[in-house]
Amino acid sequence: MNAISRNAKEKLYFNIFRACGALVVLTLVVIMAYMLMGSLPVLSLDFLTEPPRGANTLGGIVTPLVGTICLMGIVFAFAIPIGVLSAVYLSEYQGKGWGARFWHIVVSNLAGVPSIVYGLLGLALFVTFAGLGRSLIASGLTLAILSLPIVISAAREAIQAIPSSLREASMALGATKWQTIWHHVLPYALPGILTGIILALSRAAGETAPILLTGAAFYMSSMPDSIFSQFMALPYHIYAVATQTMAGMNGSPVVYGAAIALLMLVIGMNLVAIIVRKRFREKYRW
Amino acid sequence: MSSIEVKHLNVWFDGKQALREVNMTIPEKGITAIIGPSGCGKSTFIRSINRMNDIIPSCRVEGRIMVDGKDLYGPEVDVTQVRKRIGMVFQRPNPFPKSIYENIAYAPRIHGTKDRKKLNEIVERSLRRAALWDEVKDRLDRSAYDLSGGQQQRLCIARALAICPEIVLFDEPCSALDPIATAKIEDLLVELKDEYTVVIVTHNMQQAARVADQTAFFYLGELIEFGDTAQLFERPENELTENYITGRMG
Amino acid sequence: MKYIDKIGWLNRTQGQSKGRFFDGASHTVLFTITLISASVLVAVAAFLILGSLQAFNVIGPVEMLFGDTWRPTSFHNPAFGMLPLMAGTFLVSFLASIIAIPIGLGCTIYLAEIAHPRIRAFLKPAIELLAGIPSVVYGLFAMLILQGWVAQLFGLQHGYVALNGGLILAVMMVPIMVSLAEDAISAVPLELREASYALGATRWETMRSVVLPAAMSGILAAIILSIMRAVGETMAVLMAFNQTPLPTLDPFSGVQTMTATIAIEMGEAAVGGLHYSALFAVGVMLFMITLVMNTVANRIMLRYSEAYR
Repeated sequence: MNAISRNAKEKLYFNIFRACGALVVLTLVVIMAYMLMGSLPVLSLDFLTEPPRGANTLGGIVTPLVGTICLMGIVFAFAIPIGVLSAVYLSEYQGKGWGARFWHIVVSNLAGVPSIVYGLLGLALFVTFAGLGRSLIASGLTLAILSLPIVISAAREAIQAIPSSLREASMALGATKWQTIWHHVLPYALPGILTGIILALSRAAGETAPILLTGAAFYMSSMPDSIFSQFMALPYHIYAVATQTMAGMNGSPVVYGAAIALLMLVIGMNLVAIIVRKRFREKYRW
Repeated sequence: MSSIEVKHLNVWFDGKQALREVNMTIPEKGITAIIGPSGCGKSTFIRSINRMNDIIPSCRVEGRIMVDGKDLYGPEVDVTQVRKRIGMVFQRPNPFPKSIYENIAYAPRIHGTKDRKKLNEIVERSLRRAALWDEVKDRLDRSAYDLSGGQQQRLCIARALAICPEIVLFDEPCSALDPIATAKIEDLLVELKDEYTVVIVTHNMQQAARVADQTAFFYLGELIEFGDTAQLFERPENELTENYITGRMG
Repeated sequence: MKYIDKIGWLNRTQGQSKGRFFDGASHTVLFTITLISASVLVAVAAFLILGSLQAFNVIGPVEMLFGDTWRPTSFHNPAFGMLPLMAGTFLVSFLASIIAIPIGLGCTIYLAEIAHPRIRAFLKPAIELLAGIPSVVYGLFAMLILQGWVAQLFGLQHGYVALNGGLILAVMMVPIMVSLAEDAISAVPLELREASYALGATRWETMRSVVLPAAMSGILAAIILSIMRAVGETMAVLMAFNQTPLPTLDPFSGVQTMTATIAIEMGEAAVGGLHYSALFAVGVMLFMITLVMNTVANRIMLRYSEAYR
């Protein structure tokens, strides 16, 4: 008697939880579906290869797409080496005392700072103080700083997952610490580091607020010709078209198309990250 | 002249003393077993011989360990050279997640042997020496993780032998292995003792009795008794030793 | 066999000098690089505070923090009271939280305890993807589609109201909360559950009285971190409703968040002017809020990671 009501209660609760799970998947499906449907009229390869026309309300998205790729390139060149090497230092050279705790706090706090605040930093530090002006390099460096904590914590996690017995094996053969890191720690941590890098780049590709303050332009007739010129970028393009053109406010296919392109870029990178992680988790089973 | 003279060795972890005033001379060639209950400092002792304790930041070592009349802890000493001449095999097999070939070739390579032909020779010689060659010669490029536990441990022995050490340390090499694999490793140890000074830590007294020429008994961080294996097991001089080998303590 | 000269074989000068050199150099280089990345946090704080000094000096910290009017561009009578902006941020984050926390909790429990492994294998990447969608896309969705639904549902002329922002922020919070909270639940040792089952408890009873309490601090930290995301979000908020700096907590009104203020007004503020400096002051506030929330979450997390190790 009592047992029946207990089981009924359990069933009720479980169905509520199941509904929550379904709801989350549903939002993903709904958002993707609306973006796809809205973009159907412009969905073609031409859309990717043509520059925007008619005050951004016609044509394609090649200019902002290239701008975004340039930004990712700058992030890659600055954030990845600094981030990965910092992670190596923090996990291989820094002990486990209060110093390690301090670094952990620094990195986790940096990861929590809102992206618009990074935008302010970029504006004050790169645009104004360093005199780079509103430019590709100012925005790229801002995004690099924003990506740094992501790269560091991902790389750190990957490095710390390597069993210390392998480090000992290498040291016991007379390898120096650096040789051990170079020949063993980094190669074995590579998949995890790679996953972190991809996720950091995809995050940088999708950020709007920091570049809005540091150099993204509403319209450019040509590709950026140097790292000191202003640029169009995909996420800012979406925002600008949606909020500053009549066509965009009414849901023009152009804006949906740009959103789908950005989604494909970001989701594609996320999928690659998931696959890399899965593939290599099977290779190194310790 | 690869005897190991240990003089007034004291080791601390985090300020807690793990070894106290150890004095002993491990003779050249032959097998020396270190026995004692867990926590008695036997692993700490063997790890101070090739200075593996240096890796642990909180560890402090005092005293001298002389090999060839040189103090391993002397100011002019290069740790990597110490470890090159004193090989080590660990409790659990720890091959690198690389091919069998690369596992063996790694150490000669970092110590300067780049010539492929020479490396091939070293790999074959080391694998033969570790009695593994016949089992793996057709699959040197396969991952070391495909080998069984016992094979992995022999691979680790071959890896240590590849740089021609004079002393080889074994830190409970059979604790993760089944009896058959253990027997193979023990046979191998006996074969190696003509050429190398072998020091083995073991929690298994039968193993010490089977393979060792000398045996040392450690208790609570101190060396209690050190002598000929047969004598130590049959006529121990110290009461603690007797209690331990007769099974009256942990 | 013993081909190496015995005398001085252990010495540093022999062989290996390259490896030794790299070993020494690597430490220095890596330490320097790490210092560079650490200086970022210092730089963020320093440049924000430097930028905001003028505003705090001229306007005064009390007026800035508690003034109820934000009218920075008025020529005759500019006012820089942050209260309306903080109210805006609080309102949309609060709305988002009361929607996202229950749903996120339910989804977490489903994912961690109930879902079949096959469903899990599909649900987990889906949640990761949701967390990876750029905020500008959420903003676009809120602006073009969600807004219409909100207007219809509540009989409004248009849906560009705080509630619309709260809804889209809720959608963005859930995936972050779920992935963090799920880790906390998975960390509860199996033995605890088995002990409960062995006493005849049902799965739900075990979850409610054993697993969830044990994972509570981790779940709490997850909730705080996801709220932090809502507080710091710019684009979705910017696009979801009309930005009007009113000191109101009415979900059907337009408000203006701290983040959105910086984004829309920075373009028109003259570099070095009072407005420019006031916007940096808003940034300082945002920075402090997230610092505090992060510290609290870290403290809580530390406690639970120590409990099971």
